[in-house]
Amino acid sequence: MNSFWLHPSLILILGSLLVPLVPAGPMKGWLKKGYLCLIPVLVFARILTMAHGTFGDVHFPGVGLGLSWTLVFGRVDALSNVFGYIMSLMCILGTLYGLHVKDNGQHIAAWVYVAGSIGCIYAGDFITLFLFWELMAFSSVFLIWFRGRRESLGAGYRYLLVHVFGGLALLAGMVWHCNVQGSWAFDESFCNLAVHHATPATYLIMIGFILNAAVPPLHAWLPDAYGEATFNGSVFMCAFTTKTAVYALCRGFAGMEILVPLGVIMALYGVVYAVLENDCRRLLAYHIISQVGYMVAGVGLGTQMAVNGACAHAFAHILYKGLLFMGCGAVLHMTGESKFTELGGLWKKMPWTFVFTLIGGLSISAFPLFSGFVSKSMIVSAGFDEHKYWAGFLLLLASSGTFLHTGLKVPYFIWFGKNKPKPETWDRAAEPPWNMNAAMVIASVLCIFIGCYTPYLYRMLPYPTLAAEYHPYTAYHIFETLQILLFTGLGFFLLLRKLVPDPTISLDMDWFYRKGGRAFYWIARKLVQSVDTFVGELYRYAGLIPLMLTAKVSGLFDNYVIDGAVDGFAESFRAIGRRLRFVQRGQMQQTLAFAFAVAAALVLAFLLLTRWSPLMTLGRTREWLVGTHSTASLSVFQRIDQGRSGMRPYRFYQGLANAPITLRTDGRQPVTRLAAPAQQSVGLKIEAVKTP
Amino acid sequence: MNLAKLIEFLRNRLKAVKLVCITVLVLLAVTDILFVSNDEAHTTAEHFPAFWSIFGFVGCVLIIIFSKWFGHAGIMTREDYYDE
Repeated sequence: MNSFWLHPSLILILGSLLVPLVPAGPMKGWLKKGYLCLIPVLVFARILTMAHGTFGDVHFPGVGLGLSWTLVFGRVDALSNVFGYIMSLMCILGTLYGLHVKDNGQHIAAWVYVAGSIGCIYAGDFITLFLFWELMAFSSVFLIWFRGRRESLGAGYRYLLVHVFGGLALLAGMVWHCNVQGSWAFDESFCNLAVHHATPATYLIMIGFILNAAVPPLHAWLPDAYGEATFNGSVFMCAFTTKTAVYALCRGFAGMEILVPLGVIMALYGVVYAVLENDCRRLLAYHIISQVGYMVAGVGLGTQMAVNGACAHAFAHILYKGLLFMGCGAVLHMTGESKFTELGGLWKKMPWTFVFTLIGGLSISAFPLFSGFVSKSMIVSAGFDEHKYWAGFLLLLASSGTFLHTGLKVPYFIWFGKNKPKPETWDRAAEPPWNMNAAMVIASVLCIFIGCYTPYLYRMLPYPTLAAEYHPYTAYHIFETLQILLFTGLGFFLLLRKLVPDPTISLDMDWFYRKGGRAFYWIARKLVQSVDTFVGELYRYAGLIPLMLTAKVSGLFDNYVIDGAVDGFAESFRAIGRRLRFVQRGQMQQTLAFAFAVAAALVLAFLLLTRWSPLMTLGRTREWLVGTHSTASLSVFQRIDQGRSGMRPYRFYQGLANAPITLRTDGRQPVTRLAAPAQQSVGLKIEAVKTP
Repeated sequence: MNLAKLIEFLRNRLKAVKLVCITVLVLLAVTDILFVSNDEAHTTAEHFPAFWSIFGFVGCVLIIIFSKWFGHAGIMTREDYYDE
């Protein structure tokens, strides 16, 4: 299909480019705010109107070297549409939440990040998936850096490094897999990656995916980054990276057995760390790991019910986790604090934020009538149906832990508790601006709506008929859930004293690269130092003493001959240095951005040259012509057939006349018309070489 | 500010609130034992009276105790641990 197909990500990317051009002044700022709301709404509308099918194919004919592939930007089906729907909806909510943010960069980074996620979701082949996958990592890191703290700089770099590692694993796996398959298609079928006969390539791709899904031990980037991002950056980040990975797992790894234990471990791992956590946003981040654990386990179970459950839970999760991050983000935005030990008793100042956060907490805990109840239970039921009782019971245990922290610990220690915040924190605390409240109201309403009216969500799932037959509201299920949750509440209040947060941090898997990085530096420093000393000594004995001797001689020469030339050189180097210095002087981010720009330019230049420049095209050689020759030198032109552009001079050889030049061709190209006399007279030798 | 007043109202009557909560818990467990059929149970263990109440309470206590033990076994550390 060659007709133009409007990719929703394109709207976001173009829209983000125009953000700086929309003036913030006119109409009391409403022009800008209107524009910021318009673009995500357009994207949402575009996704609603997309018909199922495959669109946006871009065919790359062989770029000279015989490679050719087709990029598929739009594979629209039930699975991609449910994720596309919720991602674009969350983009509206996230943008509304951060509407008052003046910094254009934050809006641009957030939108490009969402564009990456939506691009992954609609990608129909591995290369497109990979490109958007990396776009997500490289744009979201700015949401961390924009916080502007020293810690956020470090957290951003760690985030980037971990994701580059994951991206490389993914790329290696893709190349390997496609080499075996002979196709780049990230196929529509759910079992494309042959999960029952997994090859090393399959595992590499899986590592790339589960790193983004934050499966332990590849999860430590998540609390590290999300606790350190800007107040609305975290609202975006909590939705997109992990859930895009869940989508990719649904697409390629449904039924991969190993994901069931991994998912269950995740679900409990997040709960354990949440007990210890003192920063409310890091606590929520650990509960993302816990909740994504349910989805990963659902993908591992692989039945239609379980995949439905994974998608439904991702959908519900994006809304309630967004809501929770909005609530805690509002506290951070208004008070400047996110640690439980610095907060407490805020119910007097921010009661509505408390209610919204509580709704998020009840939804994530799967209370009846809230969204988690209708989605989480699908996965647990699928586990029991598959007779994986241990998985079912452990997931239910994790949901007890979820209510313990997100439903009870977060609201209690921020809005109640015995702790008193500092006077300045207390004075700053107030209800957030209207747009933050509006985003929280919409998210809250959606959480309750999904919980009360199940067909809304169930109709969108990949297997809608099966979903329509599933009824979460049975007496047994309601009583099971209520008993687990309310008796967890009893346990919470009985053991309240044990749960009072301490001003500590918890060591996690990031210890290895945070401390390991230092060990690396230490070794590098020691090694470099010893080599440096050795070279210094060597230089002194072997270099310096002879040098002193020759110095006297050359000094004389120097004074008279070289000075003039050297001065000229020095002057030019200084000029180059002056020009280059601005590249190094800026902040690391600027340098990095500059490096990316240069890399992008190089890639572009390569493509342009390989596709259009006659200088690098490997066409059919038609003839070799001797240009000029004399007794001293000769020059030879190779002329090639460029198809429509006709004959063009290709390569130019020059050499001494008496030493024969060897021209090599691959043996298939006819090397004919070189005037025989000329060939002899200049000593030119043409040799056909067989290429493998 | 009505919402804050409501919360204050409840906070001033903490004993009554606690009593209501405990009554709800007892009613929940009793209703489950007397009226809710166990036909949908997946395993035989669930036929134990008020199984899910016990599961919820014991699970919560286990999570707290295990996590705290785990945390104090060297995982929790001072806030400036990575700063030097």
